[in-house]
Amino acid sequence: MNKKHGKQSIIFGVPPAIASTATIVGPMEGEGLLGSYFDKVMEDNIGEHSSWEKCESYMLEWVINTALNKTNVAASDVDYILAGDLLNQLMATHFAMRNINRPFIGIYGACSTMAKSMLLGSILLDGGFGEKVVAACSSHHDAAERQYRFPTELGVQRPPMAQWTVTGAGAVLLTATGDGPKITAATVGKIVDAGIKDPNAMGPAMAPAAADTLWQHIQDTGRQPAYYDMIYTGDLGAVGKQLLIQLIQEKGIDISANYEDCGCMIYREEQDPHSGASGCGSSAVVMCGYLYPRLLAGKIKRILLIGTGSLHSQTSYQQKESIPCIAHAVAVEG
Amino acid sequence: MQDGSQSGNNEFWTQQYQQKVDKIKPKPPIAKNLFWAFVVGGLICVLGQGIQDWFVCLGMAKKDAAAPTSAVMIFLGAFFTGIGVYDELGRRAGAGSIVPITGFANSIVAPAMEFKREGYVFGIGAKMFVIAGPVIVYGTVTAVTVGFIYWMLH
Amino acid sequence: MQTYLMAFLVGGLICIVGQLLMDLTPLTPAHVLVVFVVAGGILSGLGIYQPLVDIGGAGATIPLPGFGHALVSGTIEDVNKYGFLGIFSGALRATATGLTAAVVFGFLAAVLFNPKG
Repeated sequence: MNKKHGKQSIIFGVPPAIASTATIVGPMEGEGLLGSYFDKVMEDNIGEHSSWEKCESYMLEWVINTALNKTNVAASDVDYILAGDLLNQLMATHFAMRNINRPFIGIYGACSTMAKSMLLGSILLDGGFGEKVVAACSSHHDAAERQYRFPTELGVQRPPMAQWTVTGAGAVLLTATGDGPKITAATVGKIVDAGIKDPNAMGPAMAPAAADTLWQHIQDTGRQPAYYDMIYTGDLGAVGKQLLIQLIQEKGIDISANYEDCGCMIYREEQDPHSGASGCGSSAVVMCGYLYPRLLAGKIKRILLIGTGSLHSQTSYQQKESIPCIAHAVAVEG
Repeated sequence: MQDGSQSGNNEFWTQQYQQKVDKIKPKPPIAKNLFWAFVVGGLICVLGQGIQDWFVCLGMAKKDAAAPTSAVMIFLGAFFTGIGVYDELGRRAGAGSIVPITGFANSIVAPAMEFKREGYVFGIGAKMFVIAGPVIVYGTVTAVTVGFIYWMLH
Repeated sequence: MQTYLMAFLVGGLICIVGQLLMDLTPLTPAHVLVVFVVAGGILSGLGIYQPLVDIGGAGATIPLPGFGHALVSGTIEDVNKYGFLGIFSGALRATATGLTAAVVFGFLAAVLFNPKG
């Protein structure tokens, strides 16, 4: 059966189901617009841990175990874990996986990691390579700031277009058979570099990649935007969101009626996130904490989640390179 | 590469993209920023003037008072960074807190605190000048250059 | 009273220039600091910064161009005293107190406090 459609997309033969999800966030996200939807809100960004990175590892381990506990699945029944974060060498993930002890594949997709690992997990299951896969990712505001930008106590002003990295982790348990909203299709993104060099303009940098993947998804699968109740991008932010609507309009596609960006859904305006949320946690906590229950309850039937990632590094920025971006899409239907 | 795809999709999306971004990107509240930079920067300098006058009061010559004044200002910048207040000030005051010498101290203490978890040598010791280092390097290079030109002319 | 007013005005104006550079150009705060210290040094060499110090007092010495001025005027002093070798000794000699304070207070603050995020 030919499951590859068009240039970049897949329509699954036996769509895997999302059996359960779990989310954990920091205090700022807990005080935000979706605060009541998360499984756990931490009291602060570090807890008992001796570093932010260790706290992030704890968060990832917690969501994976919680997602499994919710359906009484033992870790030993999980065939593969696909997980990632924003840190160099996937530091938070590897130290979390040290304790979980299951076959593990690390994923780096920057902020597209949630969609990317759901996509790859679905391929493993639909391909008959296992029964249960956990896809998870995390980001931590302070750990990301010290790696990518400035020390957190430095007195700098963030530009208005800047986005705030989410402190949050999300995990999904995917099963080859069983009940739950199903991942019916996916589109693998390709790198799009729009020439944006400013790492404070990540949303605008990623919008062309999101447009490219969305366009390709439509061409490959034949599904028009109206097929989905809602299309979500991971973290384009307020500015990137406008740009995506504009860009895809140039191809004659109008998504203004059924499109939202996860990064715009997390924080209240009073929390001063500037352009919105970013990080792996952005799409992860919205998908796992908010969208999944709505799909389960039938409040929403079909969504397309487009995880967007900006794939620069400190070094590439200092070498005056622009920011290459990517967007991966997964279609989830309840 | 922007032209890797067969159908030229990437070129389509990225054509004149910077202009599209510039048109809709939000501008910083310049008037508000300038006001706070002026007020906070001015006040920090007033504080410095007060400290310098106090040293003069204690009997120092005005020229000699400059050095201990800067040491006190650096102490204050370091202290307020340590207690976690300076970044809050910087958010609102911008250049008003970055440009005075207290900002220099902030740029030293912030990374030193941040990287403490990586130890005393490679953490605190090495990272202390990760932001302030260029100031010292280029300041010294400028001084030597000017000094050389001065020496040549005299 | 007059000295304090001038300190406020001169210091505030220098910070305004910094804010304009940060808001209207792609320069980051770190770039602005380097530009200021170099500018202060050059203006000092041209003999323009000392008059500003005479008018503005701490308003001219506390902001970072003042550090550049201190580096250059220290160098020139040493060149006058010691000739060629003064080119190398003057800058850091003049700013020794400040730099030592920076290292020591920086170290102490880092040891005693933790970043809050």
